Amino acid sequence: MSIFVDDDTRVVVQGITGGEGKFHTRQMVEYGTNVVAGTSPGKGGQDVDGIPVYDTVSEAVEEEDATASVVFVPPAFAADAIFEALDTDLDLVVAITEGVPTQDMAKVNKRLSETDTRLIGPNCPGIITPGEAKLGILPGNIFEEGNVGLVSRSGTLTYQVVSNLTERGIGQTTAIGIGGDPIIGTSFIDALEAFENDPDTEAVVMCGEIGGEDEEQAAKFIAENMDTPVAGFIAGRTAPPGKRMGHAGAIVSGSGTGTAESKINALNDAGVPVGDTPNEVADHIEDFL
Amino acid sequence: MKLHEYQAKNIFAEAGIPVPESRLASSVDEVMEAVEDIGYPAAIKAQVHVGGRGKAGGIKIAMDEDEARQAAEDILGMDLKGYTVEKVLVEAGVDFENELYVGITMDRSEGKPVAMVSTEGGVNIEEVAEENPDAIAREHIDPAFGLHPYQARKVVFEAGIPRDVAFDVASFLSTLYDLYEANDASDIEINPVMITSDRDVVAADAVMNIDDDALFRHDDLAAMEEDSYEDELEAKAGEYGFDYVRLSGNTGIIGNGAGLVMTTLDLVDYYGGTPANFLDIGGGAKAERVANALDMVFSDENVDSVVFNIFGGITRGDEVAKGINEALEQFDEIPKPVVVRLAGTNAKEGMEILNTDLVQVEATLEDAVQRAVENAKEVSQ
Repeated sequence: MSIFVDDDTRVVVQGITGGEGKFHTRQMVEYGTNVVAGTSPGKGGQDVDGIPVYDTVSEAVEEEDATASVVFVPPAFAADAIFEALDTDLDLVVAITEGVPTQDMAKVNKRLSETDTRLIGPNCPGIITPGEAKLGILPGNIFEEGNVGLVSRSGTLTYQVVSNLTERGIGQTTAIGIGGDPIIGTSFIDALEAFENDPDTEAVVMCGEIGGEDEEQAAKFIAENMDTPVAGFIAGRTAPPGKRMGHAGAIVSGSGTGTAESKINALNDAGVPVGDTPNEVADHIEDFL
Repeated sequence: MKLHEYQAKNIFAEAGIPVPESRLASSVDEVMEAVEDIGYPAAIKAQVHVGGRGKAGGIKIAMDEDEARQAAEDILGMDLKGYTVEKVLVEAGVDFENELYVGITMDRSEGKPVAMVSTEGGVNIEEVAEENPDAIAREHIDPAFGLHPYQARKVVFEAGIPRDVAFDVASFLSTLYDLYEANDASDIEINPVMITSDRDVVAADAVMNIDDDALFRHDDLAAMEEDSYEDELEAKAGEYGFDYVRLSGNTGIIGNGAGLVMTTLDLVDYYGGTPANFLDIGGGAKAERVANALDMVFSDENVDSVVFNIFGGITRGDEVAKGINEALEQFDEIPKPVVVRLAGTNAKEGMEILNTDLVQVEATLEDAVQRAVENAKEVSQ
């Protein structure tokens, strides 16, 4: 079992003819993902490595029964691409694009609430169910099939923690990068709830970072709703207030909300051990299993 | 991107929001010319991107010529929390009876903009929010429809704004939301909004920040950006296009991806060192970018040791290794010890070409950080 994606997921790549889109489509196919179509307005009828290209997402859904899309469209057009995906009945949209204007995402967020589609991202590495499917840019070779779920706001930090797990022979059910932007589709809580309901997920890693209050809310959710054990990591303990640490969402406000300390305390209060190093997170997971 | 008060007020005035008469000045003579036209009392206000200007001495009220000259001499050229004051706004004093707070920002947890109104203007609103949260009325805005007029009235009435000016404040708020949306602002805040003795509503201050990710569609706003880096290195990072934050420690840090770079900083601290900076080379960096990053960190005189931590997803280890070699081979003597840790995509290929005469190599993040911290301690002794 897994959450959100598996080998039945039929993927359409939005922006398949662009440099990033083409490169990562090849990587996804190589990993075994079932990429059934791509879109690129004006290039309908062409193909990329034999994958048919359509002008619109609705054609791709109609002709190839796509169930999920991955968005590799530049930031200026990304919100439009997500709206297009939401207006079909896809189950899942994964937006990789970094730098989508926040007010665009507020409008997307409103539309999202009226649909049954799940959005992951934007500004995220995507999602992988090891051995079955990868939607996004995560390096497939560091993952291994197993029983640990992982949800993270950061891409490369995810890779670090996954490699700490895989090196010990601890595999993963599904790993999700939810993205580092202020407004995102899938939250920690959405992912945690899905892992809780997945019979194969025996433990969960949650990697948060400074900024916002999502980790505090997730801690509350864990305390009230989860039996599956969770171990945490919070990046940004040494970040000074008022400075944006790369991610648009990673900023401690002047009034002191969004600090690592507040998040670590909330997680500890919820019974979640928080590692001082990524390797310590793997120690905690090993203890759970 | 932060706008200066004078820039935001120009935008407000064009949209029909009343602001006090004002002039921008960058010398004492210009200040004196401005006050002659505007009259007394006049406010002399430093135009720098710093909160709490007033408390820090960046705002003074002048009642006559001598005071105006003194204020101009004091403020122009002064250092306000690391920024040098080069411009002041000379503004007509407002004879006010009430001070209000009005703001619009993005509520991350709701994924919606929120309008905020309070009768407790003129003071630090974050303190009000903490000590007396009920003093701030809030109304969430559906971004698909914008702020409905009824919502503007509702939040104004809820805040307890005096009835005779309530409609004026509500229409003021509606205009602000239009500006917030049209300019892709991340925040707009007017603190205080003054109610004058004639019961007019005037924007006495103006904070307006623009979403950096939306600047591509606002050439007019992008052109207003003034270099306001706190130091030369941050300016250099801007040129190279790095996400960079300078800190006060002596272990330089370079990595890829915000979360992993933050983690590397945290580990430097955890192992007893002090981080000198946050530097994210971003995804898919090529050799030249890697070399630029090393150049940046080497030119920070506080740095005694460097840790280079790459976990490649779309970034390739061999490109990184090439960049490190190129950057270091130009030196007769390596200026500061560099510890490198490569993992992920093409890490093996990278390790093969990395010139290990020039760098120290560690296999894990923890070992790399500990070694860099030790190096920093040795060098600084």
